[in-house]
Amino acid sequence: MTKKTAFSYGINLLAVLILFFVLLLLNQQGIVNKYVLGIMTLICINIILAVSLNVTTGCLGQIALGHAGFMSAGAYTAAIFTQAGVIPGVGGYFAGLLLGGLVAAIIGIIIGLPALRLRGDYLAIITLAFGEIIRVIIENMTITGGAQGLKGIKKLSAMGVSLFGMNEDFSAFAIVFFLMVISVVVMYTMMVSRHGRAILAIREDDIASEAAGVNNTYYRTLAFTISAFFAGIAGGMYAHYIGILGAKSFDFNKSIEILITVVLGGLGSFTGSVVSAIALTSLPELLRQFSDYRMLVYSIVLILVMIFKPSGLMGTKEFSLTRLFGGRKNKSSQKGSDTQ
Amino acid sequence: MSEQTKNVPVLEADHLGISFGGLKAVSDFNMTLGKNELVGLIGPNGAGKTTVFNLLTGVYAPTEGLLTINGVPAHGKNTDQIVRMGVARTFQNIRLFKNLTVLDNVLVACSLSMHYSMLEAAFRLPRYWKEEKKARSKAMELLKVFHLEDCADWKADNLPYGKQRKLEIARAMATNPSLLLLDEPAAGMNPTETQELMDTIRLLREKFDITILLIEHDMNLVLGICEKIYVLDYGKLIACGDPQTVINDPKVITAYLGAEEEGGETK
Ligand SMILES: Nc1ncnc2c1ncn2[C@@H]1O[C@H](COP(=O)(O)OP(=O)(O)OP(=O)(O)O)[C@@H](O)[C@H]1O
Ligand SMILES: [Mg+2]
Repeated sequence: MTKKTAFSYGINLLAVLILFFVLLLLNQQGIVNKYVLGIMTLICINIILAVSLNVTTGCLGQIALGHAGFMSAGAYTAAIFTQAGVIPGVGGYFAGLLLGGLVAAIIGIIIGLPALRLRGDYLAIITLAFGEIIRVIIENMTITGGAQGLKGIKKLSAMGVSLFGMNEDFSAFAIVFFLMVISVVVMYTMMVSRHGRAILAIREDDIASEAAGVNNTYYRTLAFTISAFFAGIAGGMYAHYIGILGAKSFDFNKSIEILITVVLGGLGSFTGSVVSAIALTSLPELLRQFSDYRMLVYSIVLILVMIFKPSGLMGTKEFSLTRLFGGRKNKSSQKGSDTQ
Repeated sequence: MSEQTKNVPVLEADHLGISFGGLKAVSDFNMTLGKNELVGLIGPNGAGKTTVFNLLTGVYAPTEGLLTINGVPAHGKNTDQIVRMGVARTFQNIRLFKNLTVLDNVLVACSLSMHYSMLEAAFRLPRYWKEEKKARSKAMELLKVFHLEDCADWKADNLPYGKQRKLEIARAMATNPSLLLLDEPAAGMNPTETQELMDTIRLLREKFDITILLIEHDMNLVLGICEKIYVLDYGKLIACGDPQTVINDPKVITAYLGAEEEGGETK
């Protein structure tokens, strides 16, 4: 690790901690109340969803239309697991999330492999079908509560966690916040590696990538599985935030919403996805009275972006604190190249 | 390479052929490439030269014949497996990872010699740093061979044409091949660039001790560096041997060289 990398890691960690303590302070002052904490929790969940979809759609370059399906797989798995009470308390929460992620990942491999063996946009079609199928399955199973939905999921804020004397609500948010940070960082470090470079190479030219020794099928499936895994985790977090699950909340519209977040932020830009998820989650809350027109506004914004900045907010670039403070131009903001 | 593999041909194509529907694009293709040879493959447009490369690199599965690489059967293998067996290539129409940096283009191909897992990368464990550092210095070494080290941070797409061609060769070399296939490496280059390219090709063979097979329309280049030439016409080999014999072969003159008289130097 060079000094420059250490500096860059340090400054990002510092920024995250500062943000966290500012929120904590605002919470203690009563400015960030329970309602705001709720929105911020949703923001964190949507960030994971957007960044994870970005791995497939931005980095690998394949459109996936069933991300909400993976989210629901994770949500129901985690919720059913905590309801079973195998591991009590917050330990069960973490185990449930992990299990939810794993179930989503396994489904990802099963549906991804056949589509990703082929060249072309088969993934879009198969994920579209998958998103609908999983919804129908969930609505017709008893273990998932059928059409009534799954009720009485223990919320994280009701699990009696109090970290360092913070109140329960903020403790719950803190857990979600750091889970989000870890998820995003891990997806980033995964993409800035030889594996990530292979995935980007496939996006750039899948004939050349094979000629450079990349096993296209393996890396396509890997990217898609990573996406599914983190969508599953986000689903689990959602289940234990909202407390009640209905298959309807994971329909095609939700998948499209996540896709729009990614496209707006910039395909391939993780920081773009983060900013876009923050904006698209908080704006509808601020403009409550227009909530009926949300999808309409999304569509118009999307069309405008496609006309005026087709690469999205950030393009494929990353926002870099190092560049901002270090003054020195970062070697490259493209994922796949690391500042060693 | 160990002593015993010295006599095993790097590549052996035995009656290799492929048809697309009714069209026999290549048939009865025989070729043996020994260690450290520098061989040319020529022929008129549409003769099937690129198709031969595609057969040798597993892009197309041959419909007939056998392929052996370094003594190991290779027909029916995928491209990435063939790369692992030691055959790397470039493309007639340059295929770079356009939005990646020059260095990353090479690093993608270095992946075969890197050993760290996804989890080691995710948590930035020591092996990640060690292997990345090693690969980076190897990639930079390669870029130096092609005088690309100053453009390492450039987006590949922004390189001038001649350098893009070089980068593609550098990327192929990063897979540690024993056989390098070059598909019209001098296409679109001016005479100075072509001269430089000839030097680079010679240098590659010396420095990395590899076998090189190249497709080229520029007869100056072919005659200047190749020790052996294969001539393809309508998917069939019509001649093969040392350059002087081949260019004086009446069949080659009627099929290819005659028509190339003026075109030869502009290419
Ligand atoms: N995938 C394919 N499907 C159908 N026909 C093909 C395919 N690939 C090549 N061919 C045909 O095979 C023949 C040989 O093509 P190829 O590209 O190998 O020629 P070439 O010798 O490389 O020519 P050039 O000098 O123009 O590059 C052509 O007639 C081409 O149309
Ligand atoms: Mg050709």
